[in-house]
Amino acid sequence: MTAKLSIQSVRKSFDDKTVLRDVDLEVAAHEVVCLIGSSGSGKSTLLKCINLLVPIDAGGILLDGEDITAADVNPNLVRQTMGIVFQAFNLFPHMRVIDNITLGPRKVHGVPRDEAEERARDLLSQFDLLDKAEAYPGLLSGGQQQRVAIVRALAVEPELMLLDEVTSALDPELVAEVLNVIKDLKGGGMTMVIATHEMGFARDVADTVCFLDDGVILERAAPKDLFGNPRQPRTQQFLQRIIDAGRL
Amino acid sequence: MNPTPIEKVERRGPQALWPRRSPHTREEGARGALIAATSTVIVLGLILFVVLNSAAWPKVQRQFFSWFHFKESFPKVASGFWLDIQMFLVAEVLILAIALVVAMIRALRGPAFLPLRIIVVTYIDLIRGIPILLLILLMGFGIPSLQLPGVPRSPLFWGVAALVISYSAYTAEVYRAGIESVHESQRMSARSIGLTQGQALRHVIVPQAVRNVIPALLNGFVSLQKDVALVFVLGVREGLREADIYNARTFNYTSYIAAAVLFLLVSVPVARFTDWYTERDRRRKQAMSS
Repeated sequence: MTAKLSIQSVRKSFDDKTVLRDVDLEVAAHEVVCLIGSSGSGKSTLLKCINLLVPIDAGGILLDGEDITAADVNPNLVRQTMGIVFQAFNLFPHMRVIDNITLGPRKVHGVPRDEAEERARDLLSQFDLLDKAEAYPGLLSGGQQQRVAIVRALAVEPELMLLDEVTSALDPELVAEVLNVIKDLKGGGMTMVIATHEMGFARDVADTVCFLDDGVILERAAPKDLFGNPRQPRTQQFLQRIIDAGRL
Repeated sequence: MNPTPIEKVERRGPQALWPRRSPHTREEGARGALIAATSTVIVLGLILFVVLNSAAWPKVQRQFFSWFHFKESFPKVASGFWLDIQMFLVAEVLILAIALVVAMIRALRGPAFLPLRIIVVTYIDLIRGIPILLLILLMGFGIPSLQLPGVPRSPLFWGVAALVISYSAYTAEVYRAGIESVHESQRMSARSIGLTQGQALRHVIVPQAVRNVIPALLNGFVSLQKDVALVFVLGVREGLREADIYNARTFNYTSYIAAAVLFLLVSVPVARFTDWYTERDRRRKQAMSS
């Protein structure tokens, strides 16, 4: 069986700064992979490479066995098969919540407006946001905005979700509502790659945890092994700092 | 020990350091209004006094501020000015549309769009380097004299075309500033839901960009509203030309004042509106971020 997503020896540099050096990662269908590691270790860049928002320098990324980084692949079509959610929500401030969500389906898939809105309302009520459909993003709390951003990514019916530190910009009391949404997604069988600083969450939700350090996946294991019995000294150091900071 | 000046200031609190912008009490407001009114009357009164008592004033008044000539020239100047308004409206609509297209082309990324970008950048650089009056003369006299079949020969047409071409280059740069003011993450998140570059620009970037540059665009309105008068060099009988004709006939300059009054009647309200809008926008943004 081919993996849902297969990342093979991916390299990426910005100018003379190497961000990813030889990253290999396989993600099975319905698997949830959490990427942990300190800031600058390459987690975000890896997610943006998978979404083709950042072109890679070398290596390949295979989705269902097909190389999506090949020159003849239309990146717009690839992006429609995956959703990405960013740390800073990035909702479109000039559009109501409902228009934020339906923009993709309407413009990309040509779904008629009323059909797109009906589906959007279904999704919104699923995530307890139906009463915010007509609101502008600026009037929502950070947690609500981030949930809307997740709904927006889901609206194009992705087969794979990429979450880039989606709780890092939130007030602590708003983190839980967003994490619960992600747990629901896992319950629904969504394949996900999640970059996160929430170690407790990673331990709960991940099937596999990868520790990134300086552009390579240094250690890859089930959460109970990686958190309970890290093998690499760098992983041990990192986790020790997290524990010292009282965040695990 | 004597307190240093800094300490003194601190003890008085920050409010005492500068006059507050909006009055806190009614008495304060009334006092402020009184001071403003008195100082305005004194300054304007002084200026008027000096001008009206200068030796040459009676002559200047006859030449520039004659009520008789004002009334005589006004109908002609006003009907010419109506043409100015028409030119302004037509040109402004074209400028806003063309400049937006130019700015969007300039904002496209990727090697495939390089030829388009080169054309657009060349256009902007060339046009911004040519004095607008020179462009009007070149196009207004030059193109009709080519006598090309099917090409309009009216100086009015080419004068307005020159204004549109010139202003579109500047206005495209205004739009570009707006496009660049929209954070990169907006473009990225638009692309991430599968929108093409063009769709991302059209639905996500440009609507926000335009909102950010409305005050600058309004400034362009004010500027164009006066610059339409430049086509008078082509002999187009707009407001300034009519004033010029009157002056040539009577050797009195009051007709120019009449034209100036008409231009002011339009441009001052637009300028005030721009300020009002900018201020409202600033307040709204402040309210949003707090």
